[in-house]
Amino acid sequence: MNALKKLFGGNTRQFGMIFALVALIIFFQFTTEGRTLTPGNVINLFNGNSYILILAIGMVLVIIAGHIDLSVGSVAAFVGVTVALAIRDWGIPWYAGVLLGLLLGALIGAWQGLWTAYVGIPAFIVTLAGMLLFRGFNQFVGKSNTIPVPNDFQYLGSGYLPEVGPSTGYNNLTLLIGLAAVTFVIFSEIRRRRTAKVLGAEVAETWVVVLKLVLVCAAILYATYLFATGRPGTSFPIPGLILAVLVLIYGFVSSKTVVGRHIYAVGGNRHAAELSGVQSKKVNFLVMMNMSILAGLAGMIFVGRSTASGPFDGVGWELDAIAAVFIGGAAVTGGVGTVIGSIIGGLVMAVLNNGLQLLGVGADLTQIIKGLVLLIAVAFDVYNKSQGKRSIIGLMMQNFNRPTGGPGTTLQPDETTSTKETIAREA
Amino acid sequence: MSSHTTHTDPVILEMRSITKEFPGVKALAEVSLRVKAGEIHAICGENGAGKSTLMKVLSGVYPYGSYDGDIVYQTEVQQFKDIRASEHAGIVIIHQELALIPELSIMENIFLGNEPTKRGVINWAEARQRSTELLARVGLREDPDTPIKEIGVGKQQLVEIAKALNKSVKILILDEPTAALNESDSQHLLDLMLGLKGKGITSIIISHKLNEIEQIADSITIIRDGKAIETLDVKADGVDEDRIIKGMVGRALESRFPDHTPKIGEVFFEVKDWSVGHPAIQDRLVCKGSNFFVRRGEIVGFAGLMGAGRTELARSVFGRSYGRFINGHIYKDGKEVVLKNVRQAIDAGLGYVTEDRKSLGLNLLDDIKATTVSANLKKISRNSVVDTAKEFAVAEQYRKALRTKAPSVEEGVAKLSGGNQQKVVLAKWMFTDPDLLILDEPTRGIDVGAKYEIYGIIQQLANQGKGVVVISSELPELLGLSDRIYTIFEGAITGVLNKEEASQESLMKLMTSARKAA
Repeated sequence: MNALKKLFGGNTRQFGMIFALVALIIFFQFTTEGRTLTPGNVINLFNGNSYILILAIGMVLVIIAGHIDLSVGSVAAFVGVTVALAIRDWGIPWYAGVLLGLLLGALIGAWQGLWTAYVGIPAFIVTLAGMLLFRGFNQFVGKSNTIPVPNDFQYLGSGYLPEVGPSTGYNNLTLLIGLAAVTFVIFSEIRRRRTAKVLGAEVAETWVVVLKLVLVCAAILYATYLFATGRPGTSFPIPGLILAVLVLIYGFVSSKTVVGRHIYAVGGNRHAAELSGVQSKKVNFLVMMNMSILAGLAGMIFVGRSTASGPFDGVGWELDAIAAVFIGGAAVTGGVGTVIGSIIGGLVMAVLNNGLQLLGVGADLTQIIKGLVLLIAVAFDVYNKSQGKRSIIGLMMQNFNRPTGGPGTTLQPDETTSTKETIAREA
Repeated sequence: MSSHTTHTDPVILEMRSITKEFPGVKALAEVSLRVKAGEIHAICGENGAGKSTLMKVLSGVYPYGSYDGDIVYQTEVQQFKDIRASEHAGIVIIHQELALIPELSIMENIFLGNEPTKRGVINWAEARQRSTELLARVGLREDPDTPIKEIGVGKQQLVEIAKALNKSVKILILDEPTAALNESDSQHLLDLMLGLKGKGITSIIISHKLNEIEQIADSITIIRDGKAIETLDVKADGVDEDRIIKGMVGRALESRFPDHTPKIGEVFFEVKDWSVGHPAIQDRLVCKGSNFFVRRGEIVGFAGLMGAGRTELARSVFGRSYGRFINGHIYKDGKEVVLKNVRQAIDAGLGYVTEDRKSLGLNLLDDIKATTVSANLKKISRNSVVDTAKEFAVAEQYRKALRTKAPSVEEGVAKLSGGNQQKVVLAKWMFTDPDLLILDEPTRGIDVGAKYEIYGIIQQLANQGKGVVVISSELPELLGLSDRIYTIFEGAITGVLNKEEASQESLMKLMTSARKAA
């Protein structure tokens, strides 16, 4: 009984969500009679959700810092249409278009960051205004028309890794990436364990780590197999590749760098952060600006995928991204959240969408189910905050979590109770 | 109310052997209080002595059952279950932090929660008429429709009293009513209290301003360390300020401090003509041309009552993190330094341990190691990438050195006791290796054992040649720890005493009046 508790008793939404994700996939795999885990469907799932997941990366940082961004859908659409127009009318090459889009995203982000960080208007208001503003700009600039983009730009949203090297029956590059990922996971786990031991920090039991590595590597290899064996011409999709690179970069920045620490500090307690020398305005500005850059990128990928930019691109994206972040364990009050958690949260929503679609469930019911999932996920977390126990899955998730916060640090006992403990301890 | 008798002096309120415990702390131990009808009864004591707790018991903030002892009011034992119950009985408390809503008008505030209605609809005509009467009674000449935010604190205080009068108050409790008022507003309030006394309303006043108490109180109960020490009859006993102070601070000083022989060097830090404006209120100064200096290896105390401007001074010096900077100069090692933000202050070798650990000092979501390095991430990062191994090692080193009690440095700071949280905060600032460390109420909410350890750490820092500034409301702490003590009253430094010449009495005098300005 105890062992079972240890294995299943989750204490953060994040690894609860990993569980939910796996369970969902298995559930749909059975109910759709194997149509969920086919190469075609998995590739489709990644292609169709990569832009939301990219938004979730930016959004989680915004939410950790204690803000929200409602404008991402409009910003994505505005950047998309501007780039599409620039390529069509000025004849600039696709890479110049991408650069232009990122630059425009940065400009928009600077605008919103300025109002949020330096004027001090709540981000909710600034980005609500932005949502209207940039939707308007999108339709004004594009005259509410659909503007097609050339093939090489479409590669960004619907391309695949090319075939190279000897014919193995699989896509070689995809296989290489899968193997590299497995090596990276094992290597970093060993390294982390070694340093922890040198320092005398607490390390998880060996069998826990081995189990974790086996599970994670098996998942990666299975995904690799799926991506590498799709119908000819398909392999690991380019948007997925962009997403993977972004997850690595932002995961690293948020957990290992000074800037990342500052974002968590500002969201956790702005006053304390300021009195420790953190320049909170700068942090808020950067976070808002970063969000719009990523929104621009997401917009361009979407345009690439749908081969044209339209006046209603990106409608409702902000809500999908925000839902992903909260399902992934972020707190509305700021200071809590992880990049990887948000990706998992986004995938839960994506798998749910996809599975229900495969089952032929209508859009009405799908929305009802998604709404309930969001509510239950957050309720689950609120409930678990009062528990504060650590489970195996918690230990397994340890290095995916931000090294500081860790799971279950949200308990806040009141001063008076702890005074008693001190007396007991110091006696 | 007006028909109430005032001259027979019956006891209107008696609190019998009130004991109130918080987990681990006995805030009140068998405190008894007898208040006669129609008198002004003052309660005096140092910060943390238990005055406010006693009043919270009386007003039902701590409901019946959460304390031991009896409240006998108008000859009946009362069992107030919340503030509404006590207000219903005619006991109204006005807290230091006024409970008015700035956006609403005077009239709306007076009748908030008590609106005169006619078939469920607010009868504004009646409300207006009654508020005009009430305002006349408290001597406030303002339109009842004026929003609260547009009148000063002194007038707001009067609105609070009008609100209480509207509830047919029999006992009015005022917690530090004049703390935020200027002299003429204070005088008006005191006159009003005397006027209400004439109308038969009993008042209980908590105040640090002893001259005011001497002026208006009929009896004074002194509370010290959660015990009622004595009750004085002002006229019969011929009570004056010195007598009250003696009662308030009369505790025997045990050896609560580690032995320490100071090694004081030359002056290295100096603040001159430091003036700072209130962050929100135009024309109000929180620091008035203050001058002070700190020597190497010296522990300098700052004494002052709550709201005197100690924290404001410290935070404005620490990178202008409070208020509007007006003028002033900071000299460090003989050279003037300009510290426009906290980062610059830290880089210049300053550190500031906040008064309010939870809301200003700590990110409660963090663990010990992240907190320890949070003010000096630069030192453990390369190319702005944090070296988590170094982080762990540093945190572990300080955990051992300061004997922080925690299972590991990965423990969340929210789970630590107050004393251990404070050690983590100290570790954070020690890791920045400051030349001058300012500690604001370093032992607030910390029990005696941990206090002793923290005093030891402070002395150790001084021994390393750092300057240490300690701000504290506890005079024994300042006297036991400091080599020199400045006193602050209403934003101005009113004096400085060396360890040898300082006593609780001499400090209290300088802290409570501007007249003896040095």
